[in-house]
Amino acid sequence: MHVSLRIQRFDPDRDTASHWVEYGLDVDPMARVLDLLHQVKWEQDSSLAFRRSCGHGICGSDAMMINGRNRLACKIRVDQLGRKISVAPLPGLPVVKDLVVDMDGFFAKYRSVHPFLVNDDPPPAQERRQSQAQRAVFDDTTKCILCGACTSSCPSFWARPGYVGPAAIVNAHRFIFDSRDQGGEERLQILADRDGVWRCRTIFNCVDACPRGINITRAILEVSAAIVEKSA
Amino acid sequence: MEAAPVIHEFEAVIVGAGGAGLYAALELARDGVQTAVLTKLYPTRSHTGAAQGGICAALGNQEEDHWEWHMFDTVKGGDYLVDQDAAEILAREAIETVIELEHLGLPFNRTADGRIDQRRFGGHTRNFGEAPVRRACYAADRTGHMILQTLYQQCIKHDVRFFDEYHVVDLLVEDGVSRGVVAYRLADSSLHVFRSKAVLLATGGFGRMFRITSNAHTLTGDGVALAYRRGIPLQDMEFYQFHPTGLAGLGVLLSEAARGEGGILLNGKGERFMERYAPTLMDLAPRDVVSRAIYQEIRAGRGVDGKDYVYLDVHHLGRAVIDEKLPDITDFARIYQGVEPYTQPVGIQPTAHYAMGGIPTDVHSRVVVDERNTVLPGLYAAGECACVSVHGANRLGTNSLLDILVFGRRAGLDMARFAREADIPDLPSDPVGPVATELEALRSRREGESPAKIRRELADVMMDDVSVFRTADTLRHAQGVVDGLRERYRWVRVRDGGAHFNQDLLEAREVGYQLDVAQVTVAAALARQESRGAHYREDFPERDDASWLKHSLACRVDGAPELRYKPVTITRFTPKPRTY
Repeated sequence: MHVSLRIQRFDPDRDTASHWVEYGLDVDPMARVLDLLHQVKWEQDSSLAFRRSCGHGICGSDAMMINGRNRLACKIRVDQLGRKISVAPLPGLPVVKDLVVDMDGFFAKYRSVHPFLVNDDPPPAQERRQSQAQRAVFDDTTKCILCGACTSSCPSFWARPGYVGPAAIVNAHRFIFDSRDQGGEERLQILADRDGVWRCRTIFNCVDACPRGINITRAILEVSAAIVEKSA
Repeated sequence: MEAAPVIHEFEAVIVGAGGAGLYAALELARDGVQTAVLTKLYPTRSHTGAAQGGICAALGNQEEDHWEWHMFDTVKGGDYLVDQDAAEILAREAIETVIELEHLGLPFNRTADGRIDQRRFGGHTRNFGEAPVRRACYAADRTGHMILQTLYQQCIKHDVRFFDEYHVVDLLVEDGVSRGVVAYRLADSSLHVFRSKAVLLATGGFGRMFRITSNAHTLTGDGVALAYRRGIPLQDMEFYQFHPTGLAGLGVLLSEAARGEGGILLNGKGERFMERYAPTLMDLAPRDVVSRAIYQEIRAGRGVDGKDYVYLDVHHLGRAVIDEKLPDITDFARIYQGVEPYTQPVGIQPTAHYAMGGIPTDVHSRVVVDERNTVLPGLYAAGECACVSVHGANRLGTNSLLDILVFGRRAGLDMARFAREADIPDLPSDPVGPVATELEALRSRREGESPAKIRRELADVMMDDVSVFRTADTLRHAQGVVDGLRERYRWVRVRDGGAHFNQDLLEAREVGYQLDVAQVTVAAALARQESRGAHYREDFPERDDASWLKHSLACRVDGAPELRYKPVTITRFTPKPRTY
């Protein structure tokens, strides 16, 4: 089928502002947006810049705004979008070139919540025991691939760029609710800050954006509840 | 390119931020060694994250198991080309490695009594081949994702210094000593010299030289090609694994865990054909055996509707098992094929997956440069880019995750020792000169064809002539085509002349790496006149231990590969016929 693909382009060597460029393509309805971008890059204009690696939704490189919603380009098909497709960089983050955004701030927020297991007890000779029920509590948030789709879809983040954002809270949740972890107190303190969980207005954009199907708003509410419980 | 390069100095430099690179970095950081990790992506984008099914270790949490059984399976799985001293280390250290990962926070699935759960995987057996054994430790079907995340988390905890989106474009090796690397920073096109006592190459594989592959677009053999260009031989490059169950048409991996949990393969007539090819292990035979069987079914006209794929069926496992243990791969079937695995079989075909060969190393992950295993001081390699060799002629499922961790960690430990003992080496007089000239030539050419076209033609010929079945004729044809592409590549043109995020330039350079690696693969495959593991020659269908129980070493002589050989280390298990 024939589609019209509009791409928001920006070349820092030449442009002062982003502009839209339209490409006509003949494609398979089962093709992904990533295939379309490759078609443009490999057959029409190789200067088009976008990140991608694994090509099947696991590495988190190719999050972008597609027809107005944050999606992974490798995980959404033409037949889900129709004949008019528009692709822009993730909103709310500085554009480096074309569809490439600066992710440094995003990763800095991730690092700020201590996203690693804290346990100062000497480890046993064998594995630490954890029941299936204890493991299930944080299963959902272990799926995060740090693509940035959630945080950059969040109106609270757009309004206040200092907000730590849903992705960082998801990764804090992954450890706060891990029965083996001892760093929960500190993380809850970090997230009780004015740029922490209270900025969430339960708008659910993050849930719509998450390519891993994580129930992000629920994770944020569970962290908020833990903060309330701690201070009660 | 006119600006002077930025010079950095570290005790250890790691190229690549997948499992091998990150585990080495963690060991070095814990030892207080000043370390830099360079990656052409962001660390969490590395392809370790795409590994699905599990990591084997003879924990015996579900049933009796022993590391000797694991070692035997690894040696037999590799069709006896495995170096058995290395395989013994792999199987023994698997146990402590998996336990340490758990201590570092990896969220493994658990047994009813809270221990690490284990499941079956291809070629892993009890009591030296009797029946499948539950050996693979796992986190749903995202084990690699959890390993990558856990190691990255620990590197953050230990303040490892990362240089993200830095492409390493040259190795500094002079007078037989490693001196550092040159990297190109994607953000602004600046060149950076990293002077270092120890350098680890952990750059992963090169499956993108085939049309149908499970590999990331970025797996273009950079580290392997750079080492080869700097005079390091490449070992066992004729052995390239095709995973039996790639999603038909796309090649996206569907883990062997699907069969480990009870999924089966069916041909177009609905027959469970593996009964005929591997009566004992059936669908859980090693990958080379299953991939050949699928191709044979397709050739006999028993593909689905006579086409070039067969079915993987998991519907009988039920929704609960599918959702809990195979959620991601069943999602891939829904998204990319529009098939519902709860009720329908999924179309699959073999997909280029894993390089058994690579940069030769010893068991401390030190790069060795000749038939006598002479060490190149300061240079290390680990993971898929390396060949130690624990996989021999065919890797068993889960052993790649094990390899990156066991030998990534060993690299880190030995680099720490080396960094304490060695002085910081002098840099060559003009460290960036050679590569700056090459990059400038690419960038300034005003006319020429697109590298993308060459890449596509390369992937086609490698798939058609150098995949699961090979003959002298197909290989000679491939050799001619690759040589022609190499000639055309000298005149390619990069369209983007900009200084910011110039992916066009780097993709063009990656095609050059792919052409080198393909050239060596074809030459080594043409030379080996026998069939062993993943290397199947229809004109030489038998294994020939008398002539060919030896590793190949492809050395670059006058710009072309020249084949030499070195013996296989055999300790416990003498070669036997390989049946399943």
